Formats: sequence, structure tokens, C-alpha cells
Amino acid sequence: MNLNATLFAQLVVFFILAWFTMKFVWPPIMKALDERAKKIADGLAAADKAKSDLVLAERKVVDELRKARESGAEVRTGAERQAAQIIDEARQEGARIIAQARAAAEDEAAAAAQRAREALREHVAQLAVAGAERILRREINPQVHAELLTHLKSEL
Amino acid sequence: MATGTEAHAPTASEYIVHHLTHLNNLGHKQTELVDFSVFHLDTLLYSVGLGLLAVFVLARVARRATSGVPGRFQAAVEIVVEMVADQAKGIVHSPESRKFVAPLALTVFLWIFLMNAMDLLPLDVIPSLWQGAYAAAGHDPAHAYMRVVPTADLNATLGMSLAVLLLCLYYNVKIKGLGHWVHELFTTPFGSHPLLYPINFAMQLIEFVAKTVSHGMRLFGNMYAGELIFMLIALMGAAWAGTLGSGLLWLGGVFAGTLWAIFHILIITLQAFIFMMLTLVYIGQAHESH
Repeated sequence: MNLNATLFAQLVVFFILAWFTMKFVWPPIMKALDERAKKIADGLAAADKAKSDLVLAERKVVDELRKARESGAEVRTGAERQAAQIIDEARQEGARIIAQARAAAEDEAAAAAQRAREALREHVAQLAVAGAERILRREINPQVHAELLTHLKSEL
Repeated sequence: MATGTEAHAPTASEYIVHHLTHLNNLGHKQTELVDFSVFHLDTLLYSVGLGLLAVFVLARVARRATSGVPGRFQAAVEIVVEMVADQAKGIVHSPESRKFVAPLALTVFLWIFLMNAMDLLPLDVIPSLWQGAYAAAGHDPAHAYMRVVPTADLNATLGMSLAVLLLCLYYNVKIKGLGHWVHELFTTPFGSHPLLYPINFAMQLIEFVAKTVSHGMRLFGNMYAGELIFMLIALMGAAWAGTLGSGLLWLGGVFAGTLWAIFHILIITLQAFIFMMLTLVYIGQAHESH
């Protein structure tokens, strides 16, 4: 319970220790604490930003998907229309070709029939002449009777 | 009586007086109440040693402090540092002053905590080791004094509270200006009237003295009383003499010692915290005009 110089020694030690703490202990720890607080704040901000970015990206994805679907549908209807048109044209073309071919065939057939008819007429005329020859038992001079024969031919 | 090195077992009163005597540069108990030529070597040894231990451990943590994921010890230090920083921020409203006052409060808290914690060491370990060394050096072990709790020495606690008083005076002058502060000394708390000047000044002086003395005495009283109770409990344990009654006393000593040590954990922390808080409060008051 006695007072003595220990008191002043303790007082001086007190200031030295406090100075030491102020110089070498407090600033680095506070710096670390502040830096960590900043890191955490930055991290939280980044997470928030990422979250909003994600929402934006999702919205964009939906948008793009919708656009793609729409343009796909457009392309398909265009293609269908074009295909229908092509089929239509092809059908018309086919019909035209068939009609043309039928007309050509009919012309050919008509010509052939005409030729056959001519040939038959010639033949019948000859037969008639030959028959008449037999009937008359004399030879008809073709040069003389050419007119007669031609007339007969046209009547057949 | 045996002769030679075997001294008689000390009586209870001798035991306590011996334990309450400081190791000083006189080699015997200080006779004057106040004698500024005397140093308590044990108080200085333990307080300086523990103070250096505290600040060097802190400095080590501070040097390796990372703003990334902290280790457990760094996290523990950070908890204390943040507690002190929060308290300082709430009490001392000048950021410039806090640059010194907050580290000071941290030092005070940890240093006083460590000094108080010396009370939890087994009472006789260090004194008996010292007695052994003293006897081995050829001196009389009955004069080998050693007190291990620096805060149970009034010199240590008053030294620290005087340091706080000096800081209060310094900040009074620094923050308010010398003229304004002197004006305040004479005009508060009762008002500005020439008749009231002496009363005001006397009140201010009383306030400063009361703050400082109670600041130091509170810590000293708690730790001194705690130490004394540990000694009484140790005497209970030392009563063992083979009889039933002394056996019960011994059991009581174990029980009371355990209980008091556990309770003392609270006291040493609380007193360190109170000393730190009052340091902050007094310095904070020096910043505020009445």
C-alpha cells in the first residue's frame, strides 16, 4: 500500500505500450478489417449485378427463341407456298404436255387414216379397173381411159 | 526447534504478510508511506513483461493480418479490436483523437487483462520458485518477496490512472484551447459569476482528483481483495493435519478455490473492461464542453 517510484515507471510504460500499439498494431489490423469489409461489399455488389445480368440474359434468350420460332414459321409457310406453286406449275405444264402430245397423236392418226384411205381408194380403183377389164374382156388402155379411171377413183 | 535451513512453518498472518510484501530495491518492506526512491521490482517485471507480451503478440498478428479469410487467432484479435474500436467510436467523437485513443484503449484492456490474469496462477508457484532461487543464491528465503499480480499494486493502477489524467489534461487543452479550458474551469458547473469562480474551480479540481483516484483504486481494490481471498483459501488448504476437521477444511479449500477462481475469471475481465471504458469516458469528457 506504499506509494513509490513504481507509479511513474508504470505511467511511462503505459504511454510506451500505447504508442507501440498505435504505431504497429492498430493500423494494419484496421486496414485488414476495412479491406475485408470492402471486399465483401464488392462481392455482394457483384453478386447482385450478376443476378440482374442473369435476368436480362434470360429475357434475351426468351426473346431470341421467340424470334427464331417466328422466323422459322415464316420460312416454312414461304416454302410451303413456293412448293405449292411449283407443284401447281408442274401440274399445268404436265397437262399442257399431255394435251400437246394428244393433239400431235391425233393429227398423226388422222394423217395415217387419210393415207390409208387414199391407198385403199387407189387399190379399190385398180380392183375396179381390173374387174371391169375382166368384164369387158378386153384390155382398157390406161392412157385412153385415164380420165374414166380417175373419175371412178374419186367416186369411190 | 530444528536448526539450519529449515525455518519454522509460517503462521497464517506471517504467510499473508509475506505474500503481500513487494520485492523492491530496498530488500525489506518499505517503511515510509510515500518514498519515491523505491521501485517495486516485481510489479515492474510482470507489468512490463506482460505489456510487451501483449503488444508483440498483437504486432505479430497485425503484421500477418490478411484481408482475406482470417485464421482463428486473427479472428479472435479482430473481435477484440472491433469491440474496442466500436466503444471508442461511441465515446470519443473526434476521429483525430481516436487514432491514438482507440489503440490506447486496446492496450489498456489487454494489458490489464493479462496482469489481472496473473491472479489465476497457483498462488505459491512463482513465489516459492523465487524463494528457492533466493535461497540457492545464499540469501534468507524468508526475505524473498514476490507479488505476481501487478494490478494488485496501487502504484501500477494509480500510475495508469495518472496517465489517463495527463491525457485528459492534454486533450482539454488541445481540443478546447488553453484559454477556453481555463475559462471553463472557472465558470462550470455553477455558472459564470465572479463569486462562483473559486467554487467552480474547486469543484473541477475535486472532479479530476476523484476521477483519477477512483479509477486507479477501483482496479487495485478488486485485484487486491481477490488476491487476499486466494490467500485465505490457500490457508484453508494448508490446514491439512491428518484430522477430520482439517480434512474438511482442506476440502473446503478446494471447493472455495475452484469457485473463487471461476468467479475471478469474470472479475479480471470485467475490471479490465471497466478500466478501458473509464479511460475512454474520461478522455471523451475532455473533448466535450460543459
